[in-house]
Amino acid sequence: MSNDVKPLTPVLTKRWLSPRSWTIRTYEQLEGYTALRKAFEAHPDQLIQLCKDSGLRGRGGAGFPTGMKWGFIPQGDGKPHYLVINADEGEPGTCKDIPLMMADPHSLVEGIIITSYAIRANFAAVYVRGEALHCIRRMQAAVREAYEAGYLGKDILGSGFDLDVVIHAGAGAYICGEETALLDSLEGLRGQPRLKPPFPATSGLYESPTVVNNVETIASVPFIVNGGSDWFRTMGRDRSPGPKIYSLSGHVTNPGQYEAPMGTTLRELLELAGGMKDGIPLKFWTPGGSSTPLFTAEHMDVPLDFEGAAEAGSMLGTTALQLFNETVSVPWAVMKWTEFYKHESCGKCTPCREGTYWLVQILQRMVRGEGTASDIDTLLDICDNVLGRSFCALGDGAVSPITSGIQYFKDEFLALCDTNAASTGKHALAGAH
Amino acid sequence: MTSDLSDELFGSDIADKAKAIIARYPRARSALLPMLHLVQSVEGYVSVDGIAFCADQLDLTTAEVSAVATFYTMYKRKPCGEHLVSVCTNTLCAALGGDAIYDGLRKHLGRDGKALGHEQTSGEPGEPGSITLEHAECLAACDLAPVLQVNYEFYDNQTPESALDLVKQLQAGKKPDPTRGAPLTDFRQVELQLAGFLDGRESDVDGPSAAPETLRGAKIAHEKGWTAPTMPDSVSFPALPEKK
Ligand SMILES: Cc1cc2nc3c(=O)[nH]c(=O)nc-3n(C[C@H](O)[C@H](O)[C@H](O)COP(=O)(O)O)c2cc1C
Ligand code: SF4
Ligand code: FES
Repeated sequence: MSNDVKPLTPVLTKRWLSPRSWTIRTYEQLEGYTALRKAFEAHPDQLIQLCKDSGLRGRGGAGFPTGMKWGFIPQGDGKPHYLVINADEGEPGTCKDIPLMMADPHSLVEGIIITSYAIRANFAAVYVRGEALHCIRRMQAAVREAYEAGYLGKDILGSGFDLDVVIHAGAGAYICGEETALLDSLEGLRGQPRLKPPFPATSGLYESPTVVNNVETIASVPFIVNGGSDWFRTMGRDRSPGPKIYSLSGHVTNPGQYEAPMGTTLRELLELAGGMKDGIPLKFWTPGGSSTPLFTAEHMDVPLDFEGAAEAGSMLGTTALQLFNETVSVPWAVMKWTEFYKHESCGKCTPCREGTYWLVQILQRMVRGEGTASDIDTLLDICDNVLGRSFCALGDGAVSPITSGIQYFKDEFLALCDTNAASTGKHALAGAH
Repeated sequence: MTSDLSDELFGSDIADKAKAIIARYPRARSALLPMLHLVQSVEGYVSVDGIAFCADQLDLTTAEVSAVATFYTMYKRKPCGEHLVSVCTNTLCAALGGDAIYDGLRKHLGRDGKALGHEQTSGEPGEPGSITLEHAECLAACDLAPVLQVNYEFYDNQTPESALDLVKQLQAGKKPDPTRGAPLTDFRQVELQLAGFLDGRESDVDGPSAAPETLRGAKIAHEKGWTAPTMPDSVSFPALPEKK
């Protein structure tokens, strides 16, 4: 990162302060749809190359290189190609895509058109989580405006390129954020993950080559087209370049959305956000949603990019920083998250369906003060049987809070058991009523 | 097969809307999720007739439609109240008061000393002032925690007191504005919007969306004069990669 890069680098969020930022009028006054005109001057493969050069990595959690994903789409295969935008934002803590789509929906629409042109798709769907009603309205309105302005439909801006976009409301299922479950859901089925391979790039929506990308990923594309890959790389770090929307929530003085270069630390973000609320010290936090292993106050200086978070034993995930102060019990928080995963487990595979069920039973019992020290081993044993053995990454995510919670705060779990031993000495089996 | 009842319930207007949904997609079955939202806009839940209607429109069996309808939490199996109140009780909201908000509303909406349960309704479903209560998973508004939604419009930064006051107003037939979202209507009306039909409510789009929290980073940057590095005046595209 060059030295003159500022602590906050509003790119995706820079239009959010403008009046009626969601309208095409405002968008066009602020360079909107200039990247599209420029993109049409390039060959689609040059756009894929540009995206590769920029180093843009997926903002939906896994950080897969976006240009490489686009490059996997077979060309000249005679099949229709599809672009599907993952706007199912449901990972606990994550709250960036919905504000983005509400404040600046046209940046996503423009990104969709450029990406579709690059991968030669003539149909794109935005799968928005159903509970995000107002966001759905804004996206529908933006798409309508884009059609009226000739940015969507047939022969867009005389380029000969056709594109239709549909805004699709989900119906309340976290698992539909998993890309293959999302595709099944979009096909009108129960949202359950598919076996990979085949990957969506060869067999996605309607068994055709499909790119699935996150909202923030695709909204970045017009900026990369206008600024170029070198510009994009002036922000962030070598392997994780660009700006990123960090979402701070919980026991912080000024929670909210902070767009900063990749690799910014929690310490730096907290400074901008006015520190911990009421000065009560930080106890634990998630770097990227509840599926990413917990961090503690020891991790304030970890650079929050894909490599930095991984080297420190967690994951960057969705940069959803949920901060909890010393008043919050770790076993309680872990229990609550586990209840979430149990509820959202789609039931397709046994380790996750059964594992989350039993994990909740044990954690609830421990939090009630009826646990024993051996419960901790049982928890870890079950986690071991879920991690890496589940059909999709929901199972892996489900055990993250538990294993990391025990890793850093085992004493707190033990203390719950001590109280129990002192008061009753009873050993109850998990699930015993 | 549609029964006589469903013919009556799902008149030609709804059938036309179902066809319009189907027309949005390359394949008809993709219309099923929005169509189930459409069905809920008619009856306030997904009934047996609603399932038959979808099956009929999409040439599916009722078993196929039921399998989908029962998978998703937003499709209700029992008639909903005029309003659906969803309280986030995921970890972060819960720690900041979400659990207390939910418990308070359960007690207030319960009867005969019994607290209202998840997805239960206080009052006669569909009648003015009737309320279905549910606890929800993270609603992607954690920076505004604790939050709740009424008919999927956001009421941010709640307290047990503010939430109770809100619900009392709903029961009295009032419709306080959300923090973010459009002026409150009712559950059925928003289900129509989720199916993709604004039908005369186009101005709903302009309801507020940004809270101070949303704009915090952008505001600080603006005040300090911080911007992203300036883009170069002209950039050229990379050379066309050679075909392998
Ligand atoms: C359980 C689960 C939930 C997910 N939810 C989301 C989501 O809400 N939004 C999202 O973009 N990606 C989500 N993902 C990641 C997607 O599977 C996929 O990696 C992503 O959409 C790819 O886009 P990207 O490369 O632009 O990040 C989820 C993954 C899992 C396993
Ligand atoms: S890991 Fe869980 S969510 Fe994923 S397929 Fe298995 S049961 Fe379903
Ligand atoms: S935890 Fe309640 S909105 Fe995220």
